[in-house]
Amino acid sequence: MAETAKPVRVGIEGVSYSLTHVPDLVRYGSKPLREIRANSALGEQLAKRSRDFAAATAYAPNQVYIGNIAPERLSDLPKPWYEKLIEAATPQGRFGDLVDEERFYALLAGADQFALVTFEEHWFRERVARHSIGRAPRLRALAEVQSLCDKGALPLYSGERLVGAFAAAHDEDASLAAEVLLENLAGKVTATHSLRSVLDSAKITAEEIDFVISCSEEAVGDRYNRGGGNLAKAIAEDGGCINASGCDTKAFCAGPMYAMVHGASLIQSGVAKKVAVVAGGSLAKLGMKFESHLKKDMPILEDVLGSFAAILGPATPNQICVRLDSAAFHPVRAGSSPQAMAEFLAEKPLAKLGMKLTDVDRYGVELHNPEITVPSGSGDVPRTNYLTLAALAVMRGQIQKSQMEDFVRTRGMPGYAPTQGHIPSAIVYLGHAMNALRSGEIRNALLMAKGSLFLGRMTQLSDGCSFLVDRNEV
Amino acid sequence: MLKGKKIIAIGERDGVPGPVIAECLEGAGYEVVFQATECFV
Repeated sequence: MAETAKPVRVGIEGVSYSLTHVPDLVRYGSKPLREIRANSALGEQLAKRSRDFAAATAYAPNQVYIGNIAPERLSDLPKPWYEKLIEAATPQGRFGDLVDEERFYALLAGADQFALVTFEEHWFRERVARHSIGRAPRLRALAEVQSLCDKGALPLYSGERLVGAFAAAHDEDASLAAEVLLENLAGKVTATHSLRSVLDSAKITAEEIDFVISCSEEAVGDRYNRGGGNLAKAIAEDGGCINASGCDTKAFCAGPMYAMVHGASLIQSGVAKKVAVVAGGSLAKLGMKFESHLKKDMPILEDVLGSFAAILGPATPNQICVRLDSAAFHPVRAGSSPQAMAEFLAEKPLAKLGMKLTDVDRYGVELHNPEITVPSGSGDVPRTNYLTLAALAVMRGQIQKSQMEDFVRTRGMPGYAPTQGHIPSAIVYLGHAMNALRSGEIRNALLMAKGSLFLGRMTQLSDGCSFLVDRNEV
Repeated sequence: MLKGKKIIAIGERDGVPGPVIAECLEGAGYEVVFQATECFV
């Protein structure tokens, strides 16, 4: 491959990934909430098929997510992964951790500045207090918790036990309803957890961060500014980044990739010296395909909130970097077909660097776990994306048609991310890409994500963003 | 034979988008009364 211009690189100082296991919040995912309201028996079935924390921890895709297993190895592991659990799996991983529900409740209480969440005092002191961080929890007797729920607060459970209540902030404002605020606060605390984790692992103090970009999937705001945003600044505050400001980057599932490009641009331009790109989990997507999983006697696999955080700074020698000069966006004129996506997010930006599709050692695409999506008829999304890239390589004469499966196997990987929308969309692979680049297993990786803009009914367009990561060999 | 047939076209993000299905069917003489693209992840 012959490069056409001097590479523009921004350093990736660290990345962290966390999964927060919240089986008792699955009922508040958008799909379960609607379906259980229509048929309460589904709630009991859902509870029966919930996984405990040990099973979620020992689930192979989750171990891949936190960095304990390389994604390529998933192909060799026996299926179904939800039955063939990993022996001696730990919730601590090379990139982050799995957080259990009690610790999540502690994070929720510690980050609540508006008396939204109340917990039953005895249970909290016995089970949760040891995880407390941040503000003092609001604790009450069980009767008061029950009374709050009777008045409209959302009941919070641990198994079958009522342990808390989450209140609305306004009686008439749908943007401040309890369900919405729980979704927003869950996004905030899971993002902050990953931010703390990456600062810790990269040995960076919170005070060094001067800008935070959140690409979470919530819509923070009130009735006059629905989705007004800047959860980033709330996360910066919660994470102790006292010298930082921030803002949000929204682009459906492609949000994290845009956020990385925006963050890298702030570094490259000198506007900021250290940028944190963060995303919390999407509570709305919990249990999105639970009915299919129930029908097939599977456990409810969409029981985790995915989060990540990455720190960007000026490139240093041998560091793993974002190639800012490779960044590509899906233009309006491109059309929404998978082929157009592959052309504009892979072929054209690579050509700009003097590279072909076959010059990329590994592609990070939509890495949704097929064990979650296939039972509901949604197909194996990563494989479809890899086949599109391989087909384009055939069309361009870079490989033979008979080599397509080889292209998919060697330059791709099985999907392993929970269906959290923004998290599976390429960014989930950054940690493993950095590992493989450090070890010399690969020379580069192209991350490419799609965004389903049409879901918001403002345009029929899709969207996408991509960039290359490599080592700064200077 | 196709004239007057009413069609609802649902496309998929990682497959064929709704507008593309609609364009093909309209070209073949169908009347597309609604089309949308969905994302199943």
